[in-house]
Amino acid sequence: MSEFALPLWAALPAGLLLLCGGLLAFIGSLGLLRMKTFYARMHPPTMGTTLGTGCVLVASMLVSSALLLRPVIHELLITLFVLITTPVSAMTLTRAALHRTRMHPDNRVE
Amino acid sequence: MNAFFEFAANFASVCFGAAMIVALIRIFLGPSAQDRVLAFDTFYINGMLTLLMLGIRSGSSVYFDVALLIAVFGFIGTTALAKFLLRGEVIEP
Repeated sequence: MSEFALPLWAALPAGLLLLCGGLLAFIGSLGLLRMKTFYARMHPPTMGTTLGTGCVLVASMLVSSALLLRPVIHELLITLFVLITTPVSAMTLTRAALHRTRMHPDNRVE
Repeated sequence: MNAFFEFAANFASVCFGAAMIVALIRIFLGPSAQDRVLAFDTFYINGMLTLLMLGIRSGSSVYFDVALLIAVFGFIGTTALAKFLLRGEVIEP
């Protein structure tokens, strides 16, 4: 798979970050399935997206910096974008859900 | 040490794939429309992370641009869907 040889200072933290990021994203998505109400379901995926994306992007920065032998920071673009847009979309979605519950009280968001 | 990194990369890829499957189940199962939009949000983020994992494992930087595009268009899609649920129209006159 990965035929290149990573130095130890990059492989160890990058591997740990990938383990953490994968677990966080999976737990966040699992919360999407397990929670009972919509407003409870808003919470878990945000943890998964923010922390999981942060972990994976820092790992990606470490690996590409170690491979190219110079600091590579263009992954910060995605981190910044996700950090800005996740709260915006969550807030818009919650406002839409509140509006729909208020307009049609009979089919409530359980 | 490369064995540990390879194991971590495989583990993370499997986790993101499983997270995408869970989000798909919620898309098909979701009782209301906003549940489906929320699951779509999670789905595209996990797809972006899967692409980043491909980029890490192959060592090429092409996947980064694709991941950035997925992030941008996924945000636009989620906001448009939420706006549609809120007002019944996306672009108002």
